[in-house]
Amino acid sequence: MNSQTLISKGSSKKTSGDRGDLASRIFRLREFGIFGILILFVGATTVARPRFLGGQNIRFILIDTTVFALLALGETMVVVSRNVDLSVGSVLGLSAFVSSNLYQQFHHVALVEVFLVGLGIGLVCGALNGLLVTVGKVPSLVVTLATLYIIRGVDVLIVGGGQVVANSLPNSFIEVTSSQLLGVPTVSIVVAVLIGLGAYYMKNFRSGRDLYAIGSNPDAARLVGIATSRRVFNAFLLSGAIAGVTGVIWASYYGTIDSTAGTGYELQVVAAVVVGGVAIFGGSGSVIGAAIGALLLNTINSALYVLGVSAFWDQAIAGFLLLLAISLDRGIFVYLQRTIRRKKVLGGS
Amino acid sequence: MNDITTVPNLDSGKGATLPNTQANTSKRSFKSLLVWESGLFVVLVASVIGGSILSPQFLTAGNILNLQLSIGEIAIMALPLALIVITGEIDLSVASILGLSSSLVGYLWMHHVPMSIALSVVLVVGALLGLFNGVLVTRLGLPSLAVTIGTLALYRGVALVILGSNIVSNFPPSYTSIGVNSIPGFDISYSMFVFIVLAVIFGLVVHFTPFGRSLFAIGLNKEAAAYAGIRVKRTKTTLYVLSGVICALAGVLYTFRLSTAEYNNGSGLELNAVSLVLLAGVSIFGGRGSILGVVLAVATLGTIQNGLLLTTFPQQAMGVVVGGLLLISVFVPNASLIRRQFQEFKFKKVAKKRSNSGESMGDLETKRILSSATGGKGDMLQS
Repeated sequence: MNSQTLISKGSSKKTSGDRGDLASRIFRLREFGIFGILILFVGATTVARPRFLGGQNIRFILIDTTVFALLALGETMVVVSRNVDLSVGSVLGLSAFVSSNLYQQFHHVALVEVFLVGLGIGLVCGALNGLLVTVGKVPSLVVTLATLYIIRGVDVLIVGGGQVVANSLPNSFIEVTSSQLLGVPTVSIVVAVLIGLGAYYMKNFRSGRDLYAIGSNPDAARLVGIATSRRVFNAFLLSGAIAGVTGVIWASYYGTIDSTAGTGYELQVVAAVVVGGVAIFGGSGSVIGAAIGALLLNTINSALYVLGVSAFWDQAIAGFLLLLAISLDRGIFVYLQRTIRRKKVLGGS
Repeated sequence: MNDITTVPNLDSGKGATLPNTQANTSKRSFKSLLVWESGLFVVLVASVIGGSILSPQFLTAGNILNLQLSIGEIAIMALPLALIVITGEIDLSVASILGLSSSLVGYLWMHHVPMSIALSVVLVVGALLGLFNGVLVTRLGLPSLAVTIGTLALYRGVALVILGSNIVSNFPPSYTSIGVNSIPGFDISYSMFVFIVLAVIFGLVVHFTPFGRSLFAIGLNKEAAAYAGIRVKRTKTTLYVLSGVICALAGVLYTFRLSTAEYNNGSGLELNAVSLVLLAGVSIFGGRGSILGVVLAVATLGTIQNGLLLTTFPQQAMGVVVGGLLLISVFVPNASLIRRQFQEFKFKKVAKKRSNSGESMGDLETKRILSSATGGKGDMLQS
C-alpha cells in the first residue's frame, strides 16, 4: 500500500516534469519557428533585392513594428486571460487625434502633457472595457466590439470634419519617432525595453502568472483563490493604456491625423498576437512571441513591396498566415495531448 | 434555490467564459425570449413614433425605401449568422465574403462574362468560401472566432488580388435598377424581398423542424447533442456553407445597389451583422434566439439609423448608436447576474466580519464556495 502510493507519486511527478519540459521545449521551438521564418524571409528578400536591408527601409519596418508590437503587448495580456480586446484601433485613433490636437488648441503644450492625455484616454477606455467585462459579465468579444464602434463614433464626433496636419505639430513632437540612436529609431529601443519588461512581468510576477492560470481554466483559477475579476480588469486597463500611448506615437509618426486613424488595426494586432504563438483561447503564449509576430507581419508587407509584388497580396497573405498559425497551434496541442496520454499509460502500467 | 450551477464547457470554442449563464438562460429561455421580443417591439414602435415626430419625411414611401436599402444586405447576412451563433459559433468573415463576391462580379463583368453565368459562379464561390470556414472549424476543431478573423483578412485580401484598385461600374441599368428600385407594385426593395422570403423559410426551418431544434441543442451542449445522435460537425458545416452562399448573394445585391464593384465593398459590415444578431436576442453563447427576433431587430435598427440620418446626426458617428444598442442588448439579460454579484460581494463582507470575530477560515471558504454554487444566497445558508 505504502510502496504503491510512493510509486504512483513518483510516476505522476515524473510525468508532470516531462510535460513541463516538453511543453517548454515546444514553445521555445515555436518562437524559434516564427523567428526562423522571419530570418528566411529577410534573407531571401535581401538576396533578390539588396536594398531591402538599407537603413531607411529597416527604419520604416522598425517604426511600423513598434506601433503594432506595442499594441500586441497589451493585447497579449488580454488574450492570455482568455479574452480579446478589439477596441485597440479605436482607442489609438481617439488618443492620436485628441493628444495631437492639443498643439492646435493651446500655445504651450509640453510633450509630457501630450503623452499624459494619451495615457489618460487609454486608461478611461480600458477601464470601461474592463468594467463591462468583469462587472457586466458580458463576453469580451461583444464588449470590445461595441466599444470599438462607440469609441470610433466619439472620435468622429470630436474630430468633426477637421484634421491635424503635420506642420501644426512642433519638432519636439515629431522627434518622438524621428530621433535615432546609432541609426535605430529611439522609440523602437524604448518599446523593445518595455516589451522586455512586459515579458519579465508576465513570467515572474504573481499577477502576470495569474493571467495564464485564468486563461487556462477560469473556474479553477477562481476556486484556487485568484482574484480573476481584478486581474482581467487590470489586463484590459493596461491594454487600453498602451493603446492610448501608442496613439501618441502614431500621431508623431504620421503627422496627419483624422478620424480614420487606426481603423482596422484591431484585426492586425490580433493577427500578430496569434501568429506570434499566443493561443487565442488563452493560457499560453508570450509577449516576445507576439512582438516577433508583429515584426514578421510588417517585414512580410515590406518585403512584398520591395519585391515588387503588388501590395494587393498583403492582406491575403496576412490572413493565410493567421490561419496557418492557429492550425499549427491546434496541431501542437493535439500532439502534446497524445504524448502526455501515452506517457501516462506507460507510467501507470 | 438548490439547483447546481453547471460549469460551462471550457473547450467549446468561445473567446470568453461567463460562468453560470448557460444554466440560467436555458432554464428560462422561452420566457425571456418572449420578453426580449416584446421589448424589441416596444422599442420599434417608439422609434417609429419618434422618427415621424422628428421629421415629416420619415413616413414617406421614398424614405421607407431608403431605409430598406440601407439595411438590406446586412439583414440578409444576419439570418444565417443568427443560426451559426445559435449553435455557439461565430462567423466574422461575412462582410469579406460579400466583398469578395462583389469583386468577382466586377471582374467577370469586366471580362465580358454574361451576367447569369457570373452570378452562378459567384454563388458557387460563396459556398466554397463558407465550406472552407466550416471545414477549418469542424474538421480541424479550430475556434471559429480565430478562423473567421483569419478568413476575414484572407477573403478581403483575395478580393483585393482579384480586382486590385480597379473599380467596375459599367453595369447595365437593368441590373443596377434591382439595387435601387422597389419591386413594381410594392413598396419593397429587392433586398428586403429577399430578406423576407429567407426569413420566412428560416423561421419555419428553425422553429418547426427537427433540424432547427438540433441547432439549439448543439448550442446548449454540443456533447449532449452528439450523444443524442445529432451530426454536430455536419450541421455546422452546412450552416457555414449556407452563410457563404447567402453572403455572396448579399454581395451581388450590394454591387447592384451602389452599381460599383470594388474590393473594399462592405468592409466592416461584419460588426453590423453581429450587432444585429445580438440585438435580436440571440445569445452569444448559443442555444437561444429566434428568427422573429432577427426580423424585429432589423426593423428597429433600420428605423433608428434612418431616423437619425434625417436629423443632423453625422453618419460616420452611427457607430455610437450601433455600439450602444449592442451593449444594451447584452447587458439587459445579465441584469440579474450583476445583481447577484453584488449580493455575493456583500456576503463576502459579512464573511470577513465574522472571520474577525473568530470563525475558522476553512468553514468560511466552504460556505463561500457553496454560496457561489447556490446563486449567491449565502445569507440563507448562514442563518
